[in-house]
Amino acid sequence: MKPVSIRRILSALCLALSLAGCATTVILPPEEPAMHSASEIKGEYVAHEPDPWVRFNHKMYRFNYNLDKYLLLPVVKGYEFVIPTVVQTGTSNFFSNISEVKNLTNSIFQLKGKQTLTTLGRLVTNSTIGIGGLFDPATSMGMENQPEDFGQTLGYWGMGAGNYLILPVFGPSNVRDTGGIVVDEGIRSVIVNAVNPPGLVYGGLTALEAVDKRHQEKFRYNGSEYPFEYELVRVLAGKKRELEVMK
Amino acid sequence: MKHMKLIIIIIMLLPALCQAVDDGYGYPFPSSYGATILGTPDALKPVLPAKIKSKRLVLNVIPGLTKPDIFYYNEGLRCTFAYQKKKAPLVFLIAGTGSGDQSPKLMTLMKAYYQAGFHVVTLPSSTHPNFVVAGSHSHIPGDLTEDAVDLYWVMESVWNKVKGDIEVSDFYLCGYSLGGTQSAFIAKLDEERKIFNFRKVLMINPVVNLYDSVLRIEAILDKIPGGSQEVSKFLNSVLYRFTEFYRQGEFVSFNETFLYAIANSKTFSQDDEAGLIGASFRIASGGMIFSSDVMTNGGYVVPKNRVLSSNDDLSQYLRVSTHLSFINYFEEYFYPYFKKKRPGLTKEALIFSLGLKSIEPYLKSSEKFGVITNENDFILSPEDLDYLRSLFGERTKIYPRGGHLGNLEYKDNLAYSVDFFKQEGGKQ
Repeated sequence: MKPVSIRRILSALCLALSLAGCATTVILPPEEPAMHSASEIKGEYVAHEPDPWVRFNHKMYRFNYNLDKYLLLPVVKGYEFVIPTVVQTGTSNFFSNISEVKNLTNSIFQLKGKQTLTTLGRLVTNSTIGIGGLFDPATSMGMENQPEDFGQTLGYWGMGAGNYLILPVFGPSNVRDTGGIVVDEGIRSVIVNAVNPPGLVYGGLTALEAVDKRHQEKFRYNGSEYPFEYELVRVLAGKKRELEVMK
Repeated sequence: MKHMKLIIIIIMLLPALCQAVDDGYGYPFPSSYGATILGTPDALKPVLPAKIKSKRLVLNVIPGLTKPDIFYYNEGLRCTFAYQKKKAPLVFLIAGTGSGDQSPKLMTLMKAYYQAGFHVVTLPSSTHPNFVVAGSHSHIPGDLTEDAVDLYWVMESVWNKVKGDIEVSDFYLCGYSLGGTQSAFIAKLDEERKIFNFRKVLMINPVVNLYDSVLRIEAILDKIPGGSQEVSKFLNSVLYRFTEFYRQGEFVSFNETFLYAIANSKTFSQDDEAGLIGASFRIASGGMIFSSDVMTNGGYVVPKNRVLSSNDDLSQYLRVSTHLSFINYFEEYFYPYFKKKRPGLTKEALIFSLGLKSIEPYLKSSEKFGVITNENDFILSPEDLDYLRSLFGERTKIYPRGGHLGNLEYKDNLAYSVDFFKQEGGKQ
């Protein structure tokens, strides 16, 4: 992604957020203490993750919910309705094959010999026999997809996750992994510049990739309508990343 | 591929299978808690359609309802509607405690009935936050009679919305767990209201008395080290052991293989399994208590008159809500509310009203009911099982194992559930 587009997204974001901040104030009678409060409970918290940016994160959670509701999910719904399932799968395979480059570079960064070979094998097999990545014969040949990214590489070399952070569009993350995304995108843009595809083609592919990503991701913000979904997601997203780094 | 998967699962299950008695019932997990947690392996579920004609309905069932900003995502009461293109019977399905209209078990039931040619409408449990906020008139769930009125009203709203689009020959009703018990109360209400005239009603793993069953669930929390007060510490240790097991094994992702491997590894004891069930119940009830308190401005866990915004940190409320037991909720919140509403109401009378015994004459007089449950369902006592047998006679199907809902998706069980409605001679 080019820096200009990031700036544009951020300014649109600020505008949206400042609008969301407009709310009417209602004057209510003074508060009375609740019958039960957390202060009466001793002992551990459930997987209590520090979250110093909780208010910002909550705002982002709501922003992503709205982004899904008004833009991404309607587009994905149209995509799923119009495009035959076979083509959808081919599209997912295609982008998954492109992301093997990221898996490969990061397997190398982590000096994982066996995994590097498997990932290279996948990339070569699926790009050739799999016709440019549209099919995934590598998995049935025993070469399993092993996602890696620069956030995991940093974790592998001992860097802590840093504060919990919910990113617009990307969703739950942390400081380390946000840096990781920037580096992975940087490596990618170097490769894209080398290939130098026509702008229109590149733009179209980027948009299609975003749609495919949301199509594959089954998570829905507030989909559970459980009032503490944010807290549960924080714990589970953190654990999931911890495990991904371990592997 | 399918066979390969089956073989792998059978190998993984061998230790469990060896303990199982050869009684002609093929559901594999003998332990009550184990079955409840593991459910049914995919290979032992029937083949159901991957996609069916269905849509999500979002209903405004309480006109003029104002929702606090903190529930900004609540757009109305959610139901799921699967429809046939020809004239067909319609079955309403009601979820169990804390579950929504698209909980995995409801989706399986929906597909099974759809495959058999029914229109299907699924409803969230009246204890699910979506219902507490947008479907319950009092916003205080748990009273079987009042919840039946709310649920019936939702069913009527759904029917008014879809009746122009489909042709319906007959109405059926089915629910599991709390939803099963509620089905009996809804059927009774329907005898007066006569909107649907349900031909048959199926209760899957119902509670006989809600109060007694929840006490039984609370009691299993005592099995965790330090008792129910240490529920957070216990969950942390579970998470830690789960992570360690994953780290040390050759697992590529979280899937069934991983789940059965960990189940067979003795990483978790029977008491741990029990604790997990109790803890997940607390997580569900915590969401219910908090939602209810916010909607009523009840001052129970949230200070009275406090206006929460969607940016506020709710960790403290999660902590306090999940540490409250059902007895706290009943004694401090639920009973006082009903006592105020019905002066002179004793605790014993309220508890009695939370069970099938309170409508026993009706249940005995009607032949439309059927029950499916398990010998080792931990929410029922042996007396409860006898009571169900005495109420419904040969319309009571009791499987030798399956825990609480563990075998709901097992192929024999689903076939029985579908056949119960398909059989000829369903009497009014």
